[in-house]
Amino acid sequence: MQLLRFSTAGSVDDGKSTLIGRLLYDSKSIFEDQLEAVEAASKSRGNEEVNLALLTDGLRAEREQGITIDVAYRYFATPKRKFIIADTPGHIQYTRNMVTGASTADLSIILVDARHGVLEQTVRHSYISSLLGIPHIVVAVNKMDLVDFSEEVFNNIVVSYKNMAQALHIRNITFIPISAKDGDNVVNSSENMPWYTGAPLLEFLETVPVGKDASNVHTEGQGAFRFPVQYVIRPISSRFPDFRGYAGRVASGVVRVGDRIKVLPSGLESEVTHITQAADELTEAYPPESVTIQLSDDIDISRGDVIVRADEPQPHQEQELTVDVCWFNENPLQIRSKYIVRQTTNETLGIVRTINFRRNINTLEKESGVTQLNMNDIAEITVHTAQPLTFDDYRQNKVTGSVIFIDPDTNETVGAGMIKTE
Amino acid sequence: MSNITHLKELESESIYVLREVAAQFERPVILFSGGKDSIVIVHLAYKAFYPAKIPFPLLHIDTGHNFQETIDYRDALVNRLGAELIVGSVQESIDTGRVKEETGYYASRNKLQTTTLLDTIDKYHFDAAIGGARRDEEKARAKERFFSHRDEFGQWNPKNQRPELWNIFNGKKAMGEHFRVFPISNWTEMDVWQYILQEKIEMPSLYFTHERRVFERDGQWLAAEPCIKLKPTEQVVTKQVRCRTIGDITCTGLTLSTAHSLEDIIEEIAATRVTERGGRADDKRSETSMEDRKKAGYF
Repeated sequence: MQLLRFSTAGSVDDGKSTLIGRLLYDSKSIFEDQLEAVEAASKSRGNEEVNLALLTDGLRAEREQGITIDVAYRYFATPKRKFIIADTPGHIQYTRNMVTGASTADLSIILVDARHGVLEQTVRHSYISSLLGIPHIVVAVNKMDLVDFSEEVFNNIVVSYKNMAQALHIRNITFIPISAKDGDNVVNSSENMPWYTGAPLLEFLETVPVGKDASNVHTEGQGAFRFPVQYVIRPISSRFPDFRGYAGRVASGVVRVGDRIKVLPSGLESEVTHITQAADELTEAYPPESVTIQLSDDIDISRGDVIVRADEPQPHQEQELTVDVCWFNENPLQIRSKYIVRQTTNETLGIVRTINFRRNINTLEKESGVTQLNMNDIAEITVHTAQPLTFDDYRQNKVTGSVIFIDPDTNETVGAGMIKTE
Repeated sequence: MSNITHLKELESESIYVLREVAAQFERPVILFSGGKDSIVIVHLAYKAFYPAKIPFPLLHIDTGHNFQETIDYRDALVNRLGAELIVGSVQESIDTGRVKEETGYYASRNKLQTTTLLDTIDKYHFDAAIGGARRDEEKARAKERFFSHRDEFGQWNPKNQRPELWNIFNGKKAMGEHFRVFPISNWTEMDVWQYILQEKIEMPSLYFTHERRVFERDGQWLAAEPCIKLKPTEQVVTKQVRCRTIGDITCTGLTLSTAHSLEDIIEEIAATRVTERGGRADDKRSETSMEDRKKAGYF
């Protein structure tokens, strides 16, 4: 069975947690004791109806305030697919948690309150989803019951969303009018909106194509082979005296026994002699498989190196990076600040050279002349690294094109970056 | 394009996480309870580093209130893998006055384990403790990162977790702090059993139907063992039961079941209408009991 990972995003109170509660409830994925607990919790809060949001808002502070602070992951399956849902927070203050949940998603559901239309957080989350290269975006126009299931209201939101999406180059958008509270167009088609002839949400989620090669976002085909080395396996035992295996996860492409490979950054070449998963010998490996590779030559390879195929397009190896960055920390990013840059299994120091522009979420314009980035800012920056990194453009390869920034003083992850090579 | 199954994808993700732990930390340890999730973790670790030995010791926090089958299984497994076993004893924590034994009908050593766990982590200078917790188990666990930071008091701060982007894990920390790592975060109970069947992993007999002396309390069947004090009205009877989760005897609810095989168990889980932790008395103490225990440093 195939696995689809999706996230929900949108502004506060647009009904993300309620939608997930509804999906779980109507697909019969809620267990009796969970429902009893939610019923009791709703009652003790004085809610008249069962509050399905309490299924995912699991933290004490979230339940007290009725908001989502951090991502909650939920799991359900239908006869057609298995799903992993990341229910992400709407508050601007917790944007970093929204990015956390969305960064591994194949699809993003952006909720819009039919009464309020496209808001600042709708734009921010749509923009982030697009920068993250999430292949499909579903705009779920929620609370249709509160606008008398009006087709006109829905169409107006579609038009204004499309205008914004065009300015930000967001593609592959599907619009669905729903009422999460009552279940219209969530699992079952709504009788209240006969004018909507598309699939209800769950049916769409069950049938949308998922490329399991998640590293190739907008490109077709498999892409070139990339294998960041995680760990070198050397048993040094009497049974395996000479075994030397390079452990990692195939980031993209395909590798076969007999392939001529090149190790970066050294540039040394060798040949693949074995591909194994524990004791099983394989003839080839694809993303996202974790395997161990053995080579015909004893060459110097360690964690952070990348194995590629000698006959395929080579990745970039440079010390200057241009990245789209989402900033997460209260300490602002400043020009000339130093951070630890972690990319695949590699790590080096980096210094911020320039802030090329910051995106104004309200006007969608690029602001120049910015000297620092505050929490939740999205911008394009350039970074100079102490060692060359081996990378691809994020649009071609999510694994080798992504970086995180770590503050060397606090050890905190302070920013997420997507490398641009064009 | 490879047509990869969900089990293969989950296995690959977990092996990736285990290898990151080996690469990023100096003294990692696997928290081994003898339950199905930690058994799967050990199996994944075996696969991740083959043909080398698992580069982590196993740590069992022993409440002293175990099913004998759990201890037998643990010792046989450690023996087979040639792994190092470390036991942290809750009895010892009680004897040395680190914790105080609860009393009454609902007395349990479940909560006391936290002190023993943190003391053991401290004693051996472990910097990463690998656990089998899954996000689908419980609503506070649904919020957990793969790499979950703990401060010098062993505390979890759920309101301010580190962002965790893509599969780039940040295991950096100050002296005295540590990480909890959850490689099977994204697995469900069903995934675990399907994987056990696929990999033909030998399981403790407790998971299969057996005859046991039990009594009913608050709608739950519990094992009639000396460590639980019976109320005057509670009657001990013999039933065909199995464990759906294995923890301390005092808080492990038993399921009436006739499941003899892994296939039977999978069929039973597919049809059940209650969650696996529905039988865990430790989660029922309050609405946020898991979150409260986790903040204090629990598994």
